[in-house]
Amino acid sequence: MLLLGTLLHVKQISRSPFEVAIAMVVPIVQATLAVYLFRAGGEQHRLIEAAVGAGVMGVWSSVLFGSGGAIQNQRWQGTLEMIMLAPRRPVLVLLPITVATGLTGAYSLLATLAWGRLLYGIRLDFAHPVVFPIAAVVCVVALGMFGLLLASTFVLMRNANALTNALEYPIWLVSGMLVPITVLPAWTGPIADVLPTTWGARALREATTGGPVWPSVGICLAISLVCLIAGGFALTYVERRARVAATLALA
Amino acid sequence: MGSEYAIEADQLRRTYRGRTGWLRPRRTEVDAVRGVSFTVRRGELFGLLGPNGAGKTTTIKMLNTLLIPTSGTATVCGYDVEKQTREVRRRIGYVFGGDRGLYERLSALDNLRYFAELYGVAPRDQKRRIAELLDLVGLTGRERERVEGYSRGMRQRLHIARGLLHSPDVLFLDEPSIGVDPVAARELRRMVADLAANGTTVLLTTHYMVEADELCDRIAVIADGQIQALGTPAELRHRADGRRVVEVEAYGVPDTAVSALRELPGVRETAIEERGALQLLTVQSDAHVDVQGDILRELTGIRLGRVSSREPTLEDAYVAIVNAS
Repeated sequence: MLLLGTLLHVKQISRSPFEVAIAMVVPIVQATLAVYLFRAGGEQHRLIEAAVGAGVMGVWSSVLFGSGGAIQNQRWQGTLEMIMLAPRRPVLVLLPITVATGLTGAYSLLATLAWGRLLYGIRLDFAHPVVFPIAAVVCVVALGMFGLLLASTFVLMRNANALTNALEYPIWLVSGMLVPITVLPAWTGPIADVLPTTWGARALREATTGGPVWPSVGICLAISLVCLIAGGFALTYVERRARVAATLALA
Repeated sequence: MGSEYAIEADQLRRTYRGRTGWLRPRRTEVDAVRGVSFTVRRGELFGLLGPNGAGKTTTIKMLNTLLIPTSGTATVCGYDVEKQTREVRRRIGYVFGGDRGLYERLSALDNLRYFAELYGVAPRDQKRRIAELLDLVGLTGRERERVEGYSRGMRQRLHIARGLLHSPDVLFLDEPSIGVDPVAARELRRMVADLAANGTTVLLTTHYMVEADELCDRIAVIADGQIQALGTPAELRHRADGRRVVEVEAYGVPDTAVSALRELPGVRETAIEERGALQLLTVQSDAHVDVQGDILRELTGIRLGRVSSREPTLEDAYVAIVNAS
């Protein structure tokens, strides 16, 4: 069920003209942003790191807007009630949606790297070329699980879009996707430590520029497992709350 | 599952609570359903009839587990709708009217495959079951087309196929024929009648009297969140016994004239229906009082069309029940 659900949700998302347009434009913008940011800082040698960071930003945006947007879209198109009516645990019903958004986000990562290569001639020299795809898969899965945890709030709130907009930039910043965590205020450290985005981005950076990748991959997986379990409990609770508050439908 | 009833609702109530305003938030409460009780026998086709906002959909959503009742209890196939949610969901199908509720960018086949998985249809049975249902609803040959290209009638048939995937014991149909053309609506009624004949319990909500009259074993008329009358179509029709109905086609009837008609001796109900420029004025009166002359006198100076007098129908009984609530 998870496999078929994921495939069909990827199909549904990838056939949206809006999503296709976003998928075409955003990676170019992100690759450009990252390249000029690092060039301005006189750090030409770190351009690939910039491209990878920008790619992770794309995965995060896809998961955040995908999970929030997908649930909001389901509410608009009247399918949220129909899927929640299934005699399954809510986590099994929603997991394919968030994993599908993670998969479409993986495309964003690849596209950002490809545009970086084509437009700006960034050399894709990875320190750990074999580990990089593994770190990328772990990062996408972890973000999908984080999306599942967030999805519980989206099920409960009719205006989930407001939350997604508010979360996009702070998580980019705090997770160190583009700007090193070390330059951020100290109080952001504990927040960064518990976010799977931090460890996913770090794993990818280490696979790109060198460093101990596996500890970051391990921590990222552990946090994503916590997100999955917490998301499972949260969704069961939230489904009941949504039935009390009548928020599964638009009206 | 020993009970003879597929559905039992006991004093169901549902209050919607909300908040408006930011600076000075104000709590709002709307009592959508106010103590509804009824039973539906296994295999029965039961109609829930009422005007917009009467509480029909809220009642259905409490019974199909999408809403938790504010108070009261209900069981479906012997399982509590609030506490034994998954057991209830395994045994019910839900179909609602309108364009929404399907994955537009997927084909009908993909929609059915996905919901078959979700609703727990065994993988080995899925292909056969989907083919059977596509055939039943007349979508064979069109199943690989995207739903966004479907007409409203086709979408409605796909809704029904989806609702029947797991062969539910109880089917909830919430205004399934809304916006469907007359031919498709007749086809839909035939399909629903066949389902009930084959033992599926059906709870149908509708605005259309013809539909309720033709299909339902029993009908509950709901208005203002409460059941106002319950019985077979023939029993409900008796509510209008001893009455006579005068229908007048008119153009530009002012509200004052309608009020004046209501005050005429022997008049029980008045209703006005807009049909473009034309208004159809329906006046119910005691059968032994001839009010036609008085009505025409009150409408002096207004352009009139056809005037007729007839026996009351189920629709007249329904109007009488709803107006009395």
